[in-house]
Amino acid sequence: MLDFLLNEFLVTGDPLIYGAMVSMVLVSIAIVYVLTYFKKWGYLWREWLTTVDHKKIGIMYIIAAIAMLFRGGVDALLMRTQLTLPGMEFLNSQHYNEIFTTHGTIMIIFMAMPFLIGLMNFVVPLQIGARDVAFPFLNAVSFWSFAIGALLFNLSFVIGGSPDAGWTNYAPMAGPNLNPGPNINYYLIGLQISGIGTLATGINFLATILKMRAPGMTLMRMPIFTWSSLITSLIITFAFPILTVALALMTIDRIFGSQFFTLTGDGMPMMWANLFWLWGHPEVYIVILPAFGIFSEVISTFARKQLFGYKAMVWSMVIIAGLSFVVWVHHFFTMGAGAGVNSFFSITTMLISVPTGVKIFNWLGTMYKGKIRFDTPMLWALGFIPCFVLGGVTGVMLAMAAADYQYHNTYFLVAHFHNVLIAGTVFGCFAGLTFWYPKMFGHKMNETLGKISFWFFLIGFNVCFLPMYFLGFAGMPRRTYSIEPEWMPLNVVSSVGAVLMAVGFAVFVYNIYYSFRYSPRETQGDAWDGRALEWATTTPVPFYNFATVPKVEGPEAYWLMKQKGKTTYDKNNLEPIHMPSDSGVPFIMMAFMFVAGFGLVWEWMIVAIAGLIGVLACMFIRSFDYDHGFHVSVEEIKETEEKARREEK
Amino acid sequence: MSGHSEGFPKKHIVGFLGSMVLTIAAAWAAVGSGLPTPWIIASIMVMAVIQAGIQLFMFMHMTETESGGIQVGNMLHAFFIAAIIIAGSIWTMSFGYAHNHDDGGSGEMEMENHQDMEE
Ligand code: HEM
Ligand SMILES: [Cu+2]
Repeated sequence: MLDFLLNEFLVTGDPLIYGAMVSMVLVSIAIVYVLTYFKKWGYLWREWLTTVDHKKIGIMYIIAAIAMLFRGGVDALLMRTQLTLPGMEFLNSQHYNEIFTTHGTIMIIFMAMPFLIGLMNFVVPLQIGARDVAFPFLNAVSFWSFAIGALLFNLSFVIGGSPDAGWTNYAPMAGPNLNPGPNINYYLIGLQISGIGTLATGINFLATILKMRAPGMTLMRMPIFTWSSLITSLIITFAFPILTVALALMTIDRIFGSQFFTLTGDGMPMMWANLFWLWGHPEVYIVILPAFGIFSEVISTFARKQLFGYKAMVWSMVIIAGLSFVVWVHHFFTMGAGAGVNSFFSITTMLISVPTGVKIFNWLGTMYKGKIRFDTPMLWALGFIPCFVLGGVTGVMLAMAAADYQYHNTYFLVAHFHNVLIAGTVFGCFAGLTFWYPKMFGHKMNETLGKISFWFFLIGFNVCFLPMYFLGFAGMPRRTYSIEPEWMPLNVVSSVGAVLMAVGFAVFVYNIYYSFRYSPRETQGDAWDGRALEWATTTPVPFYNFATVPKVEGPEAYWLMKQKGKTTYDKNNLEPIHMPSDSGVPFIMMAFMFVAGFGLVWEWMIVAIAGLIGVLACMFIRSFDYDHGFHVSVEEIKETEEKARREEK
Repeated sequence: MSGHSEGFPKKHIVGFLGSMVLTIAAAWAAVGSGLPTPWIIASIMVMAVIQAGIQLFMFMHMTETESGGIQVGNMLHAFFIAAIIIAGSIWTMSFGYAHNHDDGGSGEMEMENHQDMEE
């Protein structure tokens, strides 16, 4: 028993990991202590763990995503350290493999998506004048399944060992023969659990946006961020089932000995790559489209102009949604498919950059002759445009199948996707968070600190990733822990950039604390002179969002309301509001799912089955739950609104 | 979420059991039936189509017409994606793949070009 514990269960022998274990235990103890000392357990349970309020769920997503950004960032710094001092064997090859795997997986699945989904959760119902999402209970299930999936995945590095076959997890590398043990199972089960939640989110937001808009808000009057969320949800709904199937097949391969992706017994390892990218390419659009939506909102607000070419924006997103499903082969041009296949996917890939380019011109058009304010959210948006264009252009270079034989799996590729993912998605998340921060927390983030963090991050980003294009040209392969002497200088430069980005991130996080302490509190709802309905609510937003649902009379609903002096509180037209009840079931259900997942990872079937029975029991309980929510009385609404609007008069 | 609670969900139970039976039958066809391969493939396909039908009509409220346009659009899109996945996978995966299994069924792929493409 002890033998198993020390040799297989816990990861032993590495001082870095001992350090991590100690700090994890200490942090856990500290959290428990603080919660107990301040008697906050009840508060935590009532206000957060059982909530079905889209605003709180959104905030929890964002907090988790920032924690994951930290974890992924530490991974990145470890890799940069190894590549700066390759002779020191700071990381051995196995450890390096594990770190680039967890870095990639965490950043895409547990950072980028949850961050954006968190912003969607908070903002979309407000923008369409709804009181919650279509299925609030399901929304809580989604969040907890993401949280549990992330927890399981993150446990791997202290319990059992991390996955090490890349975030793409290619077979046969990731198969049971070449990679036995729990590590790849963590990848499969962690992604499976959180993926189910993502799929549910996609369906939830499709239904919410299609069915719950305020009266008068036709599709073509929706704010552009809502449009981008709608298209993203559509892509999620159709792409995630592919991932579910692929993960399930490989899980069956590993745990029950089937031969879908194995080298033996008629298995077909390349089918994994095929299925992975059938999901994977739509996935990169899932993490970029909401960011596009954020930039559109930010640019139009801070340029103080209506978005230029709204229709073109919408149509380009619709076209992107369609095309994103017919380009996946560009991720494995070098696998040796014929010229016909490669040419076809080359062309579709180049096509998809056209609507993307259209959007760039729309942003420029929006700013043209605008009276631009340079607040922090706008800075992120302005930094995004040139950096993202570079990522797009190098994408088109990669799209040429013949040329891709040179670039594929080199640092050129690494530079490309960081140029789109960081300058696009991460800048977008930061822009969105600073933009909607006053709505979420009742105060802005400090501008000076915000600008410092922006400049560190922007400069650091370019110093870090521009050299990588040249390293790629010089033949440096990706996913390598040892490097040739002639690649050294640029690698050092790149690491300096990474440190600058880390400083930028640290300032960003410090800014959260600083602003909480010192920022002036918002006295009214409209922090940035906004244009869409989320700014029509008071700050803090009452839990029912809108006392009276506004009638939408054109695009930019709140802009029109402001001109006509209308608010979302019409004293004479109040009616009791129907709201969903909180529930502990989603949290408990996903806690059982954790047990089941952990059992599957270790192939302890009894544990897995016990956990699954718990999950089923929760579903059963839910099926016979006749709680239809409650009504907020007119008096309570009056009281809340009067209190929130006192200072406005 | 707050739905209607009238009556016994007969449709759902029938659909659920139907799906279970079809899934198990498909698994059996592949693993235990010993039928010739083309038969297995054909029977699995047929059962898959039936099951898709069950899902759509028993669970997905396909017949509730209130938002018919959205339903139809969604369905068409789903068929479009499904066609891409299946046809696209067959097309891109059929390259250089050895279909003769005399080599002990190892199903090796031949690639025109496999110098140093993976780490
Ligand atoms: C202008 C549009 C774009 C084009 C033409 C394009 C093209 C490509 C191509 C051809 C590859 C494969 C290269 C290779 O493996 O050799 C690639 C990889 C990649 N792209 Fe893009 N791309 C575009 C936009 C984006 C966006 C918007 C994102 C995400 C926000 C993105 C994320 C990625 C990622 C993550 C990979 C590498 C995945 C891996 O192998 O680990 N790309 N891109
Ligand atoms: Cu792609």
